[in-house]
Amino acid sequence: MTATTPLLEIAGLRISAAGRPVVNGVDLAVSRGESVGIVGESGSGKSLTCRAALGIVPDTLTVSADRLAFDGIDLAGLSERRWRAVRGGRIGAVFQDPASYLNPSLTVGRQLAEVLRVKTQRSRADARREAVDALDRLGLRDPARVATRYPHELSGGMLQRVLIAIAIIEQPDLLIADEPTTALDATVQAEVLDVLADLRRDSGLALLFVSHDLAVVAQVCERILVMKDGVVVESGATVDVLADPRHPYTASLIAAHREYGLDRIRHAEDVRV
Amino acid sequence: MSDPIARIADATVGYSRRTPILHDVSLEIGAGEAVGLIGETGSGKTTIARTLLGLTSVISGTVTVGGHDLAGLRGRALRGFRRQGVVQYVFQDPQRSLDPDLPVSDSVAEGLDVRGRMPADQRARRIADALTLVGLDPALARRVPGDLSGGQRQRIALARALVLEPQLLILDEPVSALDAANRVHVLDLLRLSSVERGFAQLFISHDLGSVAGVTDRLAVVYNGRIVEQGPTAELIARPRHPYTRLLVESAPTLETAGADRERRAALRAEVAAGLD
Repeated sequence: MTATTPLLEIAGLRISAAGRPVVNGVDLAVSRGESVGIVGESGSGKSLTCRAALGIVPDTLTVSADRLAFDGIDLAGLSERRWRAVRGGRIGAVFQDPASYLNPSLTVGRQLAEVLRVKTQRSRADARREAVDALDRLGLRDPARVATRYPHELSGGMLQRVLIAIAIIEQPDLLIADEPTTALDATVQAEVLDVLADLRRDSGLALLFVSHDLAVVAQVCERILVMKDGVVVESGATVDVLADPRHPYTASLIAAHREYGLDRIRHAEDVRV
Repeated sequence: MSDPIARIADATVGYSRRTPILHDVSLEIGAGEAVGLIGETGSGKTTIARTLLGLTSVISGTVTVGGHDLAGLRGRALRGFRRQGVVQYVFQDPQRSLDPDLPVSDSVAEGLDVRGRMPADQRARRIADALTLVGLDPALARRVPGDLSGGQRQRIALARALVLEPQLLILDEPVSALDAANRVHVLDLLRLSSVERGFAQLFISHDLGSVAGVTDRLAVVYNGRIVEQGPTAELIARPRHPYTRLLVESAPTLETAGADRERRAALRAEVAAGLD
């Protein structure tokens, strides 16, 4: 047992659909300021695990856990009202398709300001100014102009940064990011990952990052959990898991990169040098 | 190198002279060669692929595929070219590229049927051959796509393209809808069948990492132009154009954890400045 309690603590998480288990006994802990990644394919249960930590598992599924706690607060017994205070306040979240989380008929600045006004009771003018500041912090060029744009006028990478701005507006302790860069071009993906890294450096934000791509998780996370068929098959420090995978599935993910990814070429270059 | 299968020379492509989509694009694909076309959404990479199929209007320059000058072909002649199946296209998502109501056999044979009638036993043999080539049990021919897994469906899409014995296969993000195990499977299959049948491959992707391991040569498309091309390993080791450098620096690998963020930021600024 460590001296400090983990920020997010999940033990024995089970989620089932019509009696069929889809998440089967997942243990997961994220410490303050730490970045933890979950890698797995669609259907592995990685997204549902995140959703359980946010209290947004669909009603048609049954959730049970030995422990589900955030900063010592037992989440399992929380009323919907208390949940809302934790979610968005102390835990922020971003998902794969940014456009579907924004109102297409309002400018992004107005939507950001609205969240500020609801969450922090700012005046209209203050909220507007802070919305522009928030966009600026996320590295958007000309944030004042971006704020006046509608979602369809912005690229996927810009929209994802707007959503990250909304997710961290109340300075949460933990950001849950579920495939936040999957829908983006490679260079834009790197840009968003860099933004997340800067945020972590500047604010000590803890991160729970979900992706199907081992290499993306390796960029962002200090620790990795590999999920398959609703079970964590391997977990450990990123460097250790990559250097010495214990589970054949993890080994196959690494092999896929070495065989067909950029790693193959990088390796060939290293050998030649 | 022998005569290339496909050669695009100084082609400007688009709906009007004033707003072309591709500017002065030149690209050669040799027989049996694997080339990657890398670029972001809207850069023009799919338009280059469509140009090789004779589906775009070429404003100036030449496009030669399998000995045909596509820029000069119209109407019936162009349809005739397409019917030969010299160039075949495999799409990203087999869920959407296969007709859900059509048995696998009819999907695979569609190109053959368009070409003209052939005896039923010969048709069945071609279907079985194509399915065997992509590592599937010919008995699957009677099934519909809904009965099959994603990996199996993508192999069906591949069989449908290969049944026409193309000289060039265009693969538009062919494995990005598949999980890791199936990815390796399909890529292995492509490599082996291209050696066996001798067709060239043009991989299209926004992600350098996903084509680096499967191509001999890469062409980088940016803003409607090919800004750089060369042998894959060399282009990745010594990228010259700022956008290529940004692509290389942006591609996640297992090794580069914590790579230099400032360097990427500087490259982004350089790429943005180059647009003015």
